Amino acid sequence: MQLAVFVVASAMMLVGAIGVIVRRNPVHAALSLVLTLFGVAVHFVSLEAYFLAAVQVIVYAGAIVVLFLFVIMLLGVDKAEDLRTEPLVAQRWLAGVAALGLLGLLVVAAARGAELLRTRAEGLDTAVEGATGDANFQQLARSVFGDYVVAFELTSVLLVVAVVGTVMLARRSVGAEA
Amino acid sequence: MPAPTTLSYLVVAALLFVLGAFGVMVRRNPLIMFMCIELMLNAVNLSFAALARELTDIDGQSIVFFVLVVAAAEVVVGLGIIVAIMRNRSSLTADDLAELKG
Repeated sequence: MQLAVFVVASAMMLVGAIGVIVRRNPVHAALSLVLTLFGVAVHFVSLEAYFLAAVQVIVYAGAIVVLFLFVIMLLGVDKAEDLRTEPLVAQRWLAGVAALGLLGLLVVAAARGAELLRTRAEGLDTAVEGATGDANFQQLARSVFGDYVVAFELTSVLLVVAVVGTVMLARRSVGAEA
Repeated sequence: MPAPTTLSYLVVAALLFVLGAFGVMVRRNPLIMFMCIELMLNAVNLSFAALARELTDIDGQSIVFFVLVVAAAEVVVGLGIIVAIMRNRSSLTADDLAELKG
């Protein structure tokens, strides 16, 4: 059962990611992104990260993709882009080679690290214990609002800075318009 | 059926990351490039969550939470910049931004 969920969620994720890359219309690409984000949310559920799954759907699939779609519509770029012409000579081949090399490096690193992990995991006892959702929420809350409360406050500063900066960027200055 | 191992989660996350990186290298529309950056961030989040379960350590999930917040801020600022640049242009490709070219 878990394996079936894993396979289906991974397929959703990767099909969505391929859709983002190959779709010519930006609106279709944004909707493919939703598929990927839901696949990741399903993975979070099966990894017992229930809070993250909820936040993934609300923040990413809800807010961020809507923001993307809003900007696409605002700029009026929702027309198909011609993907047949290659902008630079051999750009796609080089990008493909680089991507495959990166994939090889990552998989080898993960495979070698996985053995090390299994030997280290014995000693840890700060368990993500309990299969119920409540334990996950409590543990995460204790971690975010306890151990990392300074980082949490700093992210609130970051969000305020981002909002103020975006307003400054996006508004037309009153005098210069004329 | 056996449960999927942490390594399989890491491999899937690596695939997603590589797809995102490939998209950033290939596509010319800045909005699509942003979406590919989101793909890469999601891949990293997935591997953090998988390792949090493997190591039975909640810190991995806390980091995912912070990555989500920073990603939201990043998207807001990035899209603000794109809107500011593209307000006076008709086409939207990264190649067109060449004012500083010598």
